[in-house]
Amino acid sequence: MRLKLVPKETNFDFFRYRTITMGASIAAVVASLILWLVVGLNFGIDFRGGTTIRTEAVKEVDVGAYRQAVSALDLGEVSVIEVFDPNFREDQNVTLIRIQAQEGQESVTGAIITDVEAALKEVDPSIEFTSVDSVGPKVSGELVQTAILAVTAALAAILIYIWLRFEWQFSVGAVAALFHDVILTIGIFSLLQIRFDLSTIAAILTIVGYSINDTVVIFDRLRENLRKYKTTPLKDVMNTSVNETLSRTLMTSGTTLLALIALLAFGGDVIRGFVFAITWGVIVGTYSSVYVAKNVVLMLGVKRDWSKPSDGSGAGTQFANVDA
Amino acid sequence: MLQIALWKRVLILAVCASGLLFSFPNGFYSRVETHNDAVAAIETFGSTSEREAEAAIWPSFLPSSLINLGLDLRGGAHLLAEVHVEDVYADRMDIYWPEVRQALVALRDQVGFVERVDTAPRGTLQVRIQRAEAIEAALQAVRVLARPVVSLTAGIGATDIVASGQGDVVTVELSPEEKAATDNRTVQQALEIIRRRIDEVGTREPSIQRQGENRILIQVPGVGSAAELKALIGTTARLTFHPVVSSTTDPDASAGPGNILVPHLDREEEFYIVERAAVLSGEDLVDAQPAFDQNGLPSVTFRFNPAGARIFGQYTSENVGALFATVLDGKVITAPQIREPITGGSGQITGNFTVESSTELAILLRAGALPAELTFLEERTVSPGLGQDSIDAGRIACIVAFAAVIVFMALSYGLFGVFADVALILNVALLLGILSVFGATLTLPGIAGIVLTIGMAVDANVLVFERIREELKTAKGPSRAIELGYQRALSAIIDANVTTGMTAVILFALGSGPVKGFAVTLMCGIVTSVFTAIFVTRLLIVMWFERRRPRTIEV
Repeated sequence: MRLKLVPKETNFDFFRYRTITMGASIAAVVASLILWLVVGLNFGIDFRGGTTIRTEAVKEVDVGAYRQAVSALDLGEVSVIEVFDPNFREDQNVTLIRIQAQEGQESVTGAIITDVEAALKEVDPSIEFTSVDSVGPKVSGELVQTAILAVTAALAAILIYIWLRFEWQFSVGAVAALFHDVILTIGIFSLLQIRFDLSTIAAILTIVGYSINDTVVIFDRLRENLRKYKTTPLKDVMNTSVNETLSRTLMTSGTTLLALIALLAFGGDVIRGFVFAITWGVIVGTYSSVYVAKNVVLMLGVKRDWSKPSDGSGAGTQFANVDA
Repeated sequence: MLQIALWKRVLILAVCASGLLFSFPNGFYSRVETHNDAVAAIETFGSTSEREAEAAIWPSFLPSSLINLGLDLRGGAHLLAEVHVEDVYADRMDIYWPEVRQALVALRDQVGFVERVDTAPRGTLQVRIQRAEAIEAALQAVRVLARPVVSLTAGIGATDIVASGQGDVVTVELSPEEKAATDNRTVQQALEIIRRRIDEVGTREPSIQRQGENRILIQVPGVGSAAELKALIGTTARLTFHPVVSSTTDPDASAGPGNILVPHLDREEEFYIVERAAVLSGEDLVDAQPAFDQNGLPSVTFRFNPAGARIFGQYTSENVGALFATVLDGKVITAPQIREPITGGSGQITGNFTVESSTELAILLRAGALPAELTFLEERTVSPGLGQDSIDAGRIACIVAFAAVIVFMALSYGLFGVFADVALILNVALLLGILSVFGATLTLPGIAGIVLTIGMAVDANVLVFERIREELKTAKGPSRAIELGYQRALSAIIDANVTTGMTAVILFALGSGPVKGFAVTLMCGIVTSVFTAIFVTRLLIVMWFERRRPRTIEV
């Protein structure tokens, strides 16, 4: 007996609730943007400068005492968070201490870190400092630029590639779907106040890669069906294409999610934020490939006669003959 | 119909076999690592029975390349340092001053008396002349001193200094071309000194790279705390020996012309007025070792080169009874009295040392002084314990993800799913093999990349299998369906992987450290998963098909 995520033949009408799904997507994007602007992202030291110290102690952690000890050093904003993880041993009590970048300092001073470590040692002599990250404001400013550049470059590269391989309508649809995924990821990070750092950017780029993968598979089928059914309305061809690839879409999302959930559960707390972002992105990306990308292409309309070479209105078919 | 040429089959199987072979050592990581270390030790330091025994625990006919573990997995320190290249400009101007003075003194009839302006901006040399009307003549005389710039990039005719005059002040500074050339040299030199210092400590595989114009990225695995490392590489370690004029407790005491006021290293209220010009400097040292003085306290002994030894001997014999200060980075370590001439060319620095600090100073003196000061812009350290926790967690996650995907595929596609599972196992083996052979660095996000690859690698197979299912409906027999399935899924597979690959390349180009490691595994994962999906499963299916010749197949 086979495990089947979807029945053999499906005939869902994916555009039936077009206004609702499109409306929901737009609402989610707008909500994310508002959250981003109003609540803001919980930037990590990569983008804001400052120091995070990860401590490990055998004794129960008294967060208040830690905070008091560090605050006494007069270092400005200090946050002490206790970290819990099912994989920790019994006697493993972990905290994350974050200290803001110090006024008027271009670089990282070892003295501050040494002071903080000494102060914490007084609270609990058994304490160990398992990782220390410190980023000066000069570097964090550059990292922000790099991050923005990376995401923009990825989107631009995809826009161009899809344009060359398909038609411009497809590339607009694909990039709209990617924007949707990126904005929604930023939205959930603002909502849950998960730390947003360089690895989150890596996660966003991975999401972009995954989501485009999904979108391209459906587009590829759409292109094929457009050649096959030359007179069927675009909407119906699209529906057929999505239905035909539905099993594959869900299978791949399924295996990827299985792997990601394993990582989320067992991969430890250090990369949990990173893995969470990718997991969220896979779910949102699967949705957006079916609903957002499709809807945008449907709205823009596409060239229907694929048998003749392009008349120059789009770069279209000339590069699209890998499967011929 | 379904045919794969024999040479293709052999090639595919050979690639898979080498993937397995090259990924194999990673299963015995610590054993292979001990072997590799022992082999390296035998090569550099010669053979001992202990090293031979360690080398023998891994057979030498098996491959021994391992995946490099990143700092976040192995533990270690990552520092980004900026070199203050401007420091050198000031030194260069100090060197120019005697020449400039000489040139102007020769023109005394025209310019009158000359004096150096102490308030000149850093990195410039300003000279005030008595007769402002002679400024042109003075400038002329100074400009003659300029030398052509030695650099590949500077244009022809560029000189190392530029002089300008305003009122009665002549300002001399380095030209932009010379500054660029100097900056480049300074950073190279700093890099070399840092490398020497870290090599002295002898940690495994440090990575020291230049980054951008004036930055140096230092990655040292296995170091417990960054503080130690920073103390080691952040200290300028410029050692000089000066005649002492007098000592004082007044921090604002006027030093007088040609002298400077220098604080004591650890006695706060003690200051020394010493002559600005050093008798000798650390550059004249050939060796320095930690030692103990006659009272059994930690000290550092050093030896001068012959030229240094001669100067030292001559100075000490002429100045018996005088105080002589040893100055390290602008602080007096010790200022003992010269009791007798020291002609052997060796000496001892005593002071308030511990065994650690004397060892460290000896290392710093041996490696040489940094040409300019460093500041640290970024610092990241991970303890080996946390790294090990991450490896353990990553390993469990990999195994669970692997098992889950394998079961899921087998349940969904039956026998074909099993084929895909075999391909998946080979895929991971190939991925690890490639990472090992190229000595790529595996980071924690890199492990996540592998897990993600496990999840996504089946995608290409899923595409093909789903396509075969569809083709079976329009039934032209199973072999035709399989062939069409592969053919028609190809364009989707290529488009999908090229776009994913593009984002991975961008990640690699713009990322740093752990993120780069993630991009590397992602890129390799794309290549291996496409290979295994298109070639390996196909070969498996074809071989199965040839043997069984089924009338119908179920995918």
